[in-house]
Amino acid sequence: MNKTAQNFVKGIIKENPVLVLVLGTCPTLATSTSVINALGMGAAATVVLLCSNIVISALRKVIPDKVRIPCYIVLIAGFVTMVQMLVKAFAPELDKALGIYLPLIVVNCIILGRAEMFANKNNVFDSAIDALGMGVGFTLALFCMATIREVFGNGTFAGIPIPVLADNHISILTMAPGGFFVFGLLIAAVNKFGKYKPKKKNFGCEGCPQADSCGKTSCEKDGKEAAVND
Amino acid sequence: MTKFIVILLSAVFINNYVLSRFLGICPFLGVSKKLDSATGMSLAVIFVMLMATAATYPIQKFLLDPNGLGYLQTIVFILVIAALVQLVEIVLKRYVPSLHKSLGVYLPLITTNCAVLGVTILNIDEGYNFAEAMVNSLGSGLGFFLAMVMFSGVRSTIEGSDIPESFKGLPVTLTAAAITSLSFLGFSGVIENLFPM
Repeated sequence: MNKTAQNFVKGIIKENPVLVLVLGTCPTLATSTSVINALGMGAAATVVLLCSNIVISALRKVIPDKVRIPCYIVLIAGFVTMVQMLVKAFAPELDKALGIYLPLIVVNCIILGRAEMFANKNNVFDSAIDALGMGVGFTLALFCMATIREVFGNGTFAGIPIPVLADNHISILTMAPGGFFVFGLLIAAVNKFGKYKPKKKNFGCEGCPQADSCGKTSCEKDGKEAAVND
Repeated sequence: MTKFIVILLSAVFINNYVLSRFLGICPFLGVSKKLDSATGMSLAVIFVMLMATAATYPIQKFLLDPNGLGYLQTIVFILVIAALVQLVEIVLKRYVPSLHKSLGVYLPLITTNCAVLGVTILNIDEGYNFAEAMVNSLGSGLGFFLAMVMFSGVRSTIEGSDIPESFKGLPVTLTAAAITSLSFLGFSGVIENLFPM
């Protein structure tokens, strides 16, 4: 497999941003109540990710290292605003369904994380491919979760009722606890059946987009230890 | 007065930011392992939420809205919050070192916490006035605090129990979060019946 294909595929399976890297949990849990919402969210995030990765990669030699995080945030916020306006104009129903989570793509760790981990080290083409792979991986994970939650929780698939399940749906799955539960089950399934043994994800600094700027080795360490370093 | 109580209580219990709106999940899962770090993080979140609302609300009402710049909301808010967090950190370090010692490490992490940006945007969307917006921010922060502290207790119990191999780590934490969230579901409807409007 050549490098381009590898860059694309790794985002979908091996480094799936949601199920393996466990980034962007908030939109995953919140918008996976129905398949349509999940696909809308996935598409919106993918567009933002693609644009931001391309631009950040193109500007990687121009942006001074010290102020790169604020620069990235401004760029990402700009693209999010554009996507927000487009969705409002052309898909007002989706805008209503996604609500607050659409502007919150700005603080989605996946986008800042890819900018920090990939786009500022690689050329424009590789970054675009990486963004596409990650975007598809994110959308796919959202789609899986939304399918489980909508089919069993609401008895429908993308709004179309399913014969037996529609009368016997488990509505708790579409509510908040169901989101946590299905997400937990999916990650457990990936742990069990994935050939890629995911490292014990500790929510430490390795996945945190601010790891470089924050200078600590672990977020778990308490105030005491950091205070000593001051 | 009743209105404030209703806003406060619904922000804490019914629309709990973590457990029913899914905002701020990363710190919720990441920092809730120990009680003292959970408390420190949530106090910092309450503090920043109040400051952020106090700063962004006037900007929206007096700067963006009259000039028809409402579409700049997202960009302006995230920048204001990021700058504010930096400023607060510098001021605390210089004048209140004791507070900086307990909250300082969590402050930089909060900049990209979606709960903070979420609360400022929701305050505008819900059409609250300034006092209501501040009460809502306080309630949201307290709700975050409650969820963090409760969940750190739940997690300390999980630590020592016998868990199937593939459920170790995150899956069991999420399952526990589901049960904690289930308990908060019980609050829905309580507030409306307590204070009929």
